[in-house]
Amino acid sequence: MHPIAEKIQSRFPEGFVGANEWRGDLAITVKREALHDVCSYIRKDPDLDCDYMVHVSSVDWPDDEERFEVVYEVYSIRKRHRIRIKTRVPEHDCLVDSMTDLWMGADFMEREVFDMMGIRFNRHPDLRRILMPDDYTEGYPLRKDFPVQGKGWRDTFDFLNDPT
Amino acid sequence: MGLIQIGKPQKDGELGVMTLSLEKVVNWARKGSLWPMTFGLACCAIEMIAAVSSRYDIDRYGAGVFRASPRQSDLMIVAGTVCRRMAPVIRKIYDQMPEPKYVISMGSCATSGNIYDSYSVVQGVDRFVPVDIYVPGCPPTPEALFDGILKLQERIMQKRVFTKQPEQVKV
Repeated sequence: MHPIAEKIQSRFPEGFVGANEWRGDLAITVKREALHDVCSYIRKDPDLDCDYMVHVSSVDWPDDEERFEVVYEVYSIRKRHRIRIKTRVPEHDCLVDSMTDLWMGADFMEREVFDMMGIRFNRHPDLRRILMPDDYTEGYPLRKDFPVQGKGWRDTFDFLNDPT
Repeated sequence: MGLIQIGKPQKDGELGVMTLSLEKVVNWARKGSLWPMTFGLACCAIEMIAAVSSRYDIDRYGAGVFRASPRQSDLMIVAGTVCRRMAPVIRKIYDQMPEPKYVISMGSCATSGNIYDSYSVVQGVDRFVPVDIYVPGCPPTPEALFDGILKLQERIMQKRVFTKQPEQVKV
C-alpha cells in the first residue's frame, strides 16, 4: 500500500475503509464520520501538508445502498503529492462535513455539489445554489434519476409576461 | 447601389440631384449601417470575432461598428448556446434596443439548441425573441455570417417604412 495510505490507516483505523492506487494516483476511502478528522490531519500534518484543495465532486451510484460519493482532491504544493479522499453517503441522509474551515477554496465547489447533486454540507458558511437559480424547484440535475431534458424549466419563459 | 439614380448637375459646380423614393433611401441607410450588439455566448463568438477582424472585415457591409450598449445597436447577433439563465438577459437587451431592430440567430445552438438537448439549454432563441435570419453551421464560418447579413440587408430593402407594417408576431 502507498505510504501515505498506511500513515492515514494507522492514524485512523476505524474511519479508514480502503485505499486504491491507479497510475500513480492515490485514492483513499473513509467513513463519513471520520472525513473531517482525516482531512484535518492531511491538511495539518507536516509530512502530508496538503495545502491546496484542487477539486470537489460527487458521483451518483443509483444501485448502491450508500448512493452518493463525495470526492475531494487535495494537493501539496511543497511536497508535490496529491490525495483523493472519497466518502459515501446514503440518499436519505445526504450530509457531509464541510471542508471550508480547512480549505476556503472548497466553498464554491461544495456549493456546486449541493446544487447539482443535492448533498448538503454541515457547517458550510453559505450553502446556496451556485449554477442554477435560487428559486429552481425541479431538483438536482446531475442525479441519475433526473431526466436529461429537465422538467420543463428550459421551455418556460415567465419573464415574457413581465410588464417591466 | 443601382437603386440610386444620380441626375445630371444642372450647372457646373452645383450639387447633383438624386431622384428616388424616400423609402428606398431610408432602407438603404438602414441596411448600410447595421450596428451589431456585442453578444457572443459560446464558440460561435470566435467566428464572429474573426468576421470582424481584418481578414474578413465585416465593415465592408457596414456592420462593423460593434456596440457594447443595446441602446446604440440595431442588430443582435446571438452567437452561441443560449442557456435558460441567459434567456431573460437576452430578452432584456432585445427590449432595450431601439427600433428598427433585427436579430440574427448564428449557429445551430442559437437556432435549435443543437446537440444540447439538456435541462439548461433553450431549444432555439426564437422561443423568446423574434429572429430575422438563421445562420446554419457549427460554428458558421465568417462567410456564412456574411451571407446572413446580406440576406438581412435584402430583407431590410423590402421593408415598408412610411406605411404601417404588419404587427410583429408576438412570442
